[in-house]
Amino acid sequence: MSAGATLWLSLAGMAVVTYLLRASFLLLPPGVRTPPLLRRTLRFVPAAVLTAIWAPELLLEDRVLSVSLENERLLAGFVAIAVAWRWRMTSATIAAGLAALHFFAWIS
Amino acid sequence: MPLHRPALAAGARASLPVLLGVAPFGVITGVAMVASGIPPLAAMLMSLAVFAGASMVASAQLLAQGTPAALIIVATLIINLRFMMYSASLRAHLAHLPLRWRLAVSYLQADNVYGLSLSRFAEHPADPHKLEYFLGAGVLIWGAWQAAVLAGVMIGAGVPPAWRLEFAAPLAFIAMTVPFLRDRAMVGAALAAAATVIATHGLPLRLNLIAAAMAGIVAGLLLERRKP
Repeated sequence: MSAGATLWLSLAGMAVVTYLLRASFLLLPPGVRTPPLLRRTLRFVPAAVLTAIWAPELLLEDRVLSVSLENERLLAGFVAIAVAWRWRMTSATIAAGLAALHFFAWIS
Repeated sequence: MPLHRPALAAGARASLPVLLGVAPFGVITGVAMVASGIPPLAAMLMSLAVFAGASMVASAQLLAQGTPAALIIVATLIINLRFMMYSASLRAHLAHLPLRWRLAVSYLQADNVYGLSLSRFAEHPADPHKLEYFLGAGVLIWGAWQAAVLAGVMIGAGVPPAWRLEFAAPLAFIAMTVPFLRDRAMVGAALAAAATVIATHGLPLRLNLIAAAMAGIVAGLLLERRKP
């Protein structure tokens, strides 16, 4: 398949899948009850999936696990987590993380 | 049904501080899409049709690696599975509304719109104007997001690589994750997902994302205090 076809097919599929996930429970008739186990399961999805997206960006270097003071992305990530924890602000988290990344790269 | 203006305004007002986070993440998403080879027009269409930054950044990377469309769509399904949880919990407040409003609410669901609305609904459970509050926050955040993505798409590859702006995407995800880590079970779910995604990163087709999601859910359920 050409790159253009892949792009447009992906775009259409992503739009449909994302909308259906968002609409899912809101489209059920008011009387229907959602199973408690399903709701308990879904509760953990954001923390699990979002973490799985960013963890490799901090912990892997050239596809190899790197836990050391040499890994400036890991150190900057800890700074960002602390800022996010304390102030709960996306802009402050991004600014602090990027500043820390450049700082740790500069001192090493 | 006329919309209640003061509740629309209250939702919009509450979302103002959130825009400080929406704007940089939108710009980064636009830059990331164009930098990985998506044409500017397609990037904007994706932003309008999908309206979910995390999945758009991930898909741009996968597209650049030549990943087949089916796998990009599956990765999007996993990354955006959290919207199903938002849908289930918004249902308790908005299920009685006419279909057209529920369809609009579905389109406008985003992490921060959901977060703002749910904390408001928890404080005012009997508020008759929950829809308007959601729409006030949702429309403003949607507009700011689209404008920010457009700015990012136009800046595009003009950002010097030495700025290492690509690192802002994981930082934005960190900012989205931390508010969820309110109890032991949530922290356990996040740690299990992180450990699993690293341990299984050799798997093809982003299967490690699915493995991590399942490990996180299982860890969360095991650590959760069962209510009597």
